[in-house]
Amino acid sequence: MGDSGKPLYEELGLLPAEYDRVVQLMGREPSDPELVMFSLMWSEHCSYKHSKPLLKGFPTTGPRVVMGPGENAGAVDVGDGLAIVFKVESHNHPSAVEPFQGAATGVGGIVRDIIAVGAKPIALLDSLRFGTLDSARSRFLFRRAVEGIGHYGNCIGIPNVGGEVQFDERYEDSCLVNAMCVGVVPHDKILSCAAKGLGNRLVLIGNRTGRDGIGGASVLASAELGDDDADKRPSVQVGDPFTERKLIDCCLAMGEAGLLVALQDLGAAGLTSAASEMASRGEVGLAIDLDRVPLREQGLAPGEVLVSESQERMLAIVEPANMDAVVEMARRHELDATDIGEVTDTGELNALWRGEEVVRIPSLYLTDDVPFYEVPRNAMPAPEPIDLSTVPEPADLGAAWLALMGDPNIASKRWVFEQYDQLVGAGTMRRPGGDAGVVRIPGTNRAIAVTLDCAEWHTELSPYEGGMASVLEAARNVACTGAVPIAATDCLNYANPDKGSTGWRLAESIRGMADALTAIGAPIVSGNVSLYNESPRGPIYPTPVVGIVGLLDDASTSVGSAFDRQGDAIVLIGYGEPRVDASRYLGRCAGRPPAPEPANDAALFRLLAACAAKRLLTSAHDVSEGGLAVALAESAIAGGVGASVQVPAGRRADEAMFGEGGGRVVASCDPAHVDAITALAEAGVEVTVIGTVGGDEVSVDAGGSTARVSLRDLAQVWEGSIPAALEAA
Amino acid sequence: MSQPRVAVLRFPGTLDHESAARAVEGVGAEPVFTHHEDAALPDGTVAVVIPGGFSYGDHLRPGALASRTPIMGAVKAHAAGGGRVLGICNGFQILCESGLLPGVLRPNASLSFICRQAELEVADSGTAWTGGRAEGETLSIPFKHHDGAWFGDPGSTRVVLRYRGENPNGSIDKIAGISNLAGNVMGLMPHPEEAQDPLLGSVDGRVLFAALVA
Repeated sequence: MGDSGKPLYEELGLLPAEYDRVVQLMGREPSDPELVMFSLMWSEHCSYKHSKPLLKGFPTTGPRVVMGPGENAGAVDVGDGLAIVFKVESHNHPSAVEPFQGAATGVGGIVRDIIAVGAKPIALLDSLRFGTLDSARSRFLFRRAVEGIGHYGNCIGIPNVGGEVQFDERYEDSCLVNAMCVGVVPHDKILSCAAKGLGNRLVLIGNRTGRDGIGGASVLASAELGDDDADKRPSVQVGDPFTERKLIDCCLAMGEAGLLVALQDLGAAGLTSAASEMASRGEVGLAIDLDRVPLREQGLAPGEVLVSESQERMLAIVEPANMDAVVEMARRHELDATDIGEVTDTGELNALWRGEEVVRIPSLYLTDDVPFYEVPRNAMPAPEPIDLSTVPEPADLGAAWLALMGDPNIASKRWVFEQYDQLVGAGTMRRPGGDAGVVRIPGTNRAIAVTLDCAEWHTELSPYEGGMASVLEAARNVACTGAVPIAATDCLNYANPDKGSTGWRLAESIRGMADALTAIGAPIVSGNVSLYNESPRGPIYPTPVVGIVGLLDDASTSVGSAFDRQGDAIVLIGYGEPRVDASRYLGRCAGRPPAPEPANDAALFRLLAACAAKRLLTSAHDVSEGGLAVALAESAIAGGVGASVQVPAGRRADEAMFGEGGGRVVASCDPAHVDAITALAEAGVEVTVIGTVGGDEVSVDAGGSTARVSLRDLAQVWEGSIPAALEAA
Repeated sequence: MSQPRVAVLRFPGTLDHESAARAVEGVGAEPVFTHHEDAALPDGTVAVVIPGGFSYGDHLRPGALASRTPIMGAVKAHAAGGGRVLGICNGFQILCESGLLPGVLRPNASLSFICRQAELEVADSGTAWTGGRAEGETLSIPFKHHDGAWFGDPGSTRVVLRYRGENPNGSIDKIAGISNLAGNVMGLMPHPEEAQDPLLGSVDGRVLFAALVA
């Protein structure tokens, strides 16, 4: 029995039927340490028991895929014998409880996933969602999460090149902190996590093991948040970025020297998860002597040592002949490398404690025999489109425009990204604030473009189309830089899948994402699922955050988002009509946004890449939140020069200016290039000259109704909004 | 003739050694990574770069622990003999903590980390570090730091670079970089190794590396 009078398994988060299955598999009652291990490995966070059956719908193969989902991170070929390795992961629940450490260790965890593959990290991105800034709690979470990401990321020397920040009351209790890391590795240096070689040593590298993060995966990450969350603070891990940096240098040096048979990071469920993954994947057993694990404090129970989530630790398989070299290399980096066990042929995880065997579990029971669940699919009816006559027409279009520029969801995120080192490594060509971060691939003439994006309102209203929109918006950001989107990673943030329509939204949005990814030829190579993001006050929006990696074969052809040449033509490229439905201009999650057309987007991406390669464009910028007027203003502010355009009014001038939907890009170019651009466009993509770059104001004429605002006013509102919201408090 | 050797120091937590080494190569010199436990500089070293980062995780004070490592004894002897030393960001902090440059680097006035492009004004054209640029000319070089506000007596040093426009971090007299009175030891908070590649927006950082072997 546990302290509460409930059976221990229930306190640990297992259902009675799951416990019965453990007993049936084992043929006996599990020991306490064994039960703790099952409870963590069979938690939603570690096992994906609700989502895995759905994830099978994703495209995961393609000519560039070197390593798909299942390893620590996915890898794609980018030429020159190199692979790009990347993954996005959530750290939502810890960040809601303790934002600084929660966000910091989120960065630490995703970085270790990349180095476990042998790759050198070259970029970080974050996707953050909080409640609105008029809430003191949300301001606190926002401030501290950003500080935590900066504290950890700056100190480990990986440039932060992009991401997104959104504010909505639906994230008031359950904030979202998703972090993505990108690394680069020569093909022949890619490491697997599969343990191999009878008698090879199991080596723990890095930090000592303490009590932090005990049960984090089950207590925090696989349950809804409640009013007693402050009590869960001890379940949040504490990060030490200095040790992480040493660990990065040390593991990369060991990989480079060929000293490692396999490598795995210790994340959720600590040693248990790392060892069972390595054993199951390598189809071997692992025997661990818990007395040899270096401890930070005395008196840890064996179960605690097995599941501690102490940060900055890696588990390696090393041939006995290389042990001396491994220990010496660790010493040179001022780290511990400790032989804690060996590879066996039993297929079991065995743990010794004071000479006694306290754990004996076939590793597949932990990693593969979890019961999977079908989520209920309670479909919602398709929403009605917004009746435009019910949306009041603004008396002053310029004032409406300025109000949108100051919406914290649209406003400049400079306050956030100036706190991050965007440059370390001397490879950042396009810094945060544009459509996508662009980073040179070291030692080559190539570059990658990376972004994180999500269309959560759209996904709430029409999950299938919203899943598509999330993929296409992210890919469009990458395509604007001239890069070809080549692969994707996803972080599926949802509420409790057993309640309401969440399960249906999860299933439908995955289907939409899969169809869009197939259409644009970008397979998923890694990902993460975070469920139970809800509180007594309700669920979050379904939030499928998509990370896209694009490739530029010639880094010098990358395109920015700034208007920077007076007299350039402004060209609208793409497809679709703007609609107020689910737009920032409408200001609420309602209506039926137009369905994306992935085939048209694919054609748009090909056009943008072709134009960039031929150096036909001065700038390209995605039309997204806030519509055409906001996209124009952002390009104008970035370049410090005004613009003037004319477009048809469509149904109404305000909708033409501020409506969203379709796949549209505002580009600028030498007027002499317009014909060449038009000639490259395939069916489904329109190229329309709508105006000219120049002057010190931005004006939009929609069918005779004109909005005209000085560049200075636009910039002041856009730049000042978030700092003002934080200072006013 | 072999290339001149430039020692690029590495402490635990140093981050910018690879970019600094590429910048050293860019001026026709050979970078040699030098470990903090070594008591001597590599044979034939003509100059030293102390790159940026978070040596020892900024524990105690930025640069404080690194300034007490064996290699810094060798750097002091090199500087005393007139050899050139360039300290960037954390390297500048280490030079101040070692007494090779006067003053200290305090936390930014905003108390937060700031990453931004800066226009730096040449305030003293008499040292080798600005490659003959006239006083008042500018170099576009980014900075990124939490503890970058130089505090001390400007009369005890040579002010080589100042931030143009708004003072970003609260340093005395908008100081971005200083040298010792002899002019052979230079420290600055901005990162010239991040201003070497035209695709990254500026190559103005090259003059500081060129000075190492000039």
